[in-house]
Amino acid sequence: MALFILRRLGAAVIVLFLGSVLVFLGVRALPGDPARVLAGQEASPEAIAAIRHDYGLDRPLPVQYAQWVGKALTGDFGRSTQDRLPVAHILTQRLPVTIELSVLAMIVAIGIGVTAGVVAATRRGRFADHVATGFGLVGLSVPHFWLGILGILLFSVRLHWLPASGYVPFTGDPGGNLERMLLPALVLGTGFAAVLMRQTRSAMLESLSADYVRTARAKGLPERSVVGVHALRNSLTTVVTVLGLQLGALISGAVVTEQIFVIPGFGKLTVDAVVTRNYPVIQAVVLVTVAGYIAVNLLVDLAYGVLNPRVRLTGVADG
Amino acid sequence: MSERLMSEHSLLEITGLRVGFDTEEGRVQAVRDVSLRLERGEILALCGESGCGKSVTAMSIPRLLPPETTRLSGSIRLDGRELTDLPESALRAIRGKDVSMVFQEPMTSLNPSFTVGFQIAEVLRRHEGMSRTAARSRAVELLELVGIPAPARRVREYPHQLSGGMRQRVMIAIAVACSPRVLIADEPTTALDVTIQAGVLDVFRDLRDRLGTAIILITHDLGVVADVADRAVVMYAGRAVEEASVTELYARPRHPYTAGLMRALPSAAVTGEDGRRRLTEIPGLVPPPFEDPDECAFHPRCPRAREDCTATRPALEAFGTGHRAACFHPLSTAAGGDA
Ligand SMILES: Nc1ncnc2c1ncn2[C@@H]1O[C@H](COP(=O)(O)OP(=O)(O)OP(=O)(O)O)[C@@H](O)[C@H]1O
Ligand code: SF4
Ligand SMILES: [Mg+2]
Repeated sequence: MALFILRRLGAAVIVLFLGSVLVFLGVRALPGDPARVLAGQEASPEAIAAIRHDYGLDRPLPVQYAQWVGKALTGDFGRSTQDRLPVAHILTQRLPVTIELSVLAMIVAIGIGVTAGVVAATRRGRFADHVATGFGLVGLSVPHFWLGILGILLFSVRLHWLPASGYVPFTGDPGGNLERMLLPALVLGTGFAAVLMRQTRSAMLESLSADYVRTARAKGLPERSVVGVHALRNSLTTVVTVLGLQLGALISGAVVTEQIFVIPGFGKLTVDAVVTRNYPVIQAVVLVTVAGYIAVNLLVDLAYGVLNPRVRLTGVADG
Repeated sequence: MSERLMSEHSLLEITGLRVGFDTEEGRVQAVRDVSLRLERGEILALCGESGCGKSVTAMSIPRLLPPETTRLSGSIRLDGRELTDLPESALRAIRGKDVSMVFQEPMTSLNPSFTVGFQIAEVLRRHEGMSRTAARSRAVELLELVGIPAPARRVREYPHQLSGGMRQRVMIAIAVACSPRVLIADEPTTALDVTIQAGVLDVFRDLRDRLGTAIILITHDLGVVADVADRAVVMYAGRAVEEASVTELYARPRHPYTAGLMRALPSAAVTGEDGRRRLTEIPGLVPPPFEDPDECAFHPRCPRAREDCTATRPALEAFGTGHRAACFHPLSTAAGGDA
């Protein structure tokens, strides 16, 4: 297991390095000269040159990269061009909001998706299966923004159950925080719940027809352990895979959801930064997102190891 | 009441069992009328070519066939108690405890996600109310019983770390864990080499001798039948066509099909591509499982067939005590006779 983790960590470092190079070059490949944007329309060539020197933009790219990475490693991402605040400070404010939204959405997705998938598989072809499958189709085809607007109209405008938008920090007012996050989490989680339900359902159908499930029945085990222990355990790999694959969609879904509900998270920060061409922020946001993506994928890989003894013992899937 | 009066029932009595499956191509009638009795402490062999319905007959007893597609009728009585109309909950108390089963598929019958120790302990905790630790140490003993070396280490391993033969023995350990009254073993020794095979058969014999466990042994291997079984039932195309004590059957087979199996004996053990040994020596094909005309199903392959064999179906008839065969023109002399 230690070797397995070590291997995955090594791979993660390499991916992160490549990712940072890509981000660095990508931002520089964007049209427009950041120094000119910073100096303003009317700036003299001397002023632009001074800024360029200030930001180190006159040095060779490898040197710039090394400096940027060196600072980033110490947590220094420079300052926002909008409000001159340290980017790192902005990140520490925005990141937890998005993480909370994503985690809540995941809980919603796993709770609804896996449960519905298991129920649908065990009652295949019956009423509960049709309901769950119908939910899956609807959940997949409805876009986040539409669901979000619908949710606001129903729960906030008509029923007055939940606030329509806004954000209060969890630490300040946990109740108020959850109250405001519930609808966004539901909106963001529904699509994933639908994907998870479909995948869980088909994985469970396969597990349930496996010989080892017949063995479990032959032992006289109650149906709840036949389904919930023997079949489900072998379907969890699928669940974890789906979660890993849906990560990108989760991030983009979070961006949209934060816009709709005016939640000051990472997504909103990114959109605002792109609109105002806030390069240091874009760079940092993308880098942190890549790092987060890698970290979650690492967790997914570790989960594989925990779930699948074959992976854990040999370090390779299907070995 | 009447059951009480008739008191002398066998441990297991199957009467008029018919099992069909609804498939896309239509109804597959796997078992077409099987009646058999299993006495306490008896080892009964169930023989016949591939597809004749041995496994389906066996799995009908603890009702382990897929409920959505299975159409079952007839009676299965365990110690006088009808199993076919028992609710699932009552049957769960019987499965693994009174009736346990070793499946034909050793490679896939264990759950890949759990250690073999967990999978053995599970059945002990379910039926014997053992604690986790007690069940664990009993699991080690059981692995030792079925001849797995270094059981204390093996108990912590996962199925993929074990060979097919070892997995098969783990399945046997699970099946014998709760000292069942009826043990159904479906080709339990096919994946094993000869010495280990002998050890496993010893485990069965010992179980029978110590606890009076009755065993249904499904096998293609007539050598194994001769070795351990007391009685044998030969099946053909979903029906029992001959039934006798093993000595009687080997000395005086009556049904041409049984005689054919016997004659095929020395070279019969053809190893298929899946590593299983099958009897394939009798020329011709088994009839398709969809139709069931009123005739002897064996007639296209039978060397003794005459006109009347297609007129109606022969019923099982007695040929001395405990010997029955379903044939209009049975062999009358010693094995291999005049066929
Ligand atoms: N679940 C099922 N659905 C449809 N048909 C089935 C099912 N199980 C078994 N059958 C069919 O029933 C027939 C009898 O099968 P069975 O497994 O009992 O044969 P067998 O005598 O055990 O053969 P083998 O020696 O190959 O194990 C076969 O034609 C088989 O294809
Ligand atoms: S009844 Fe006729 S066809 Fe059938 S086994 Fe006997 S002799 Fe052969
Ligand atoms: Mg079989």
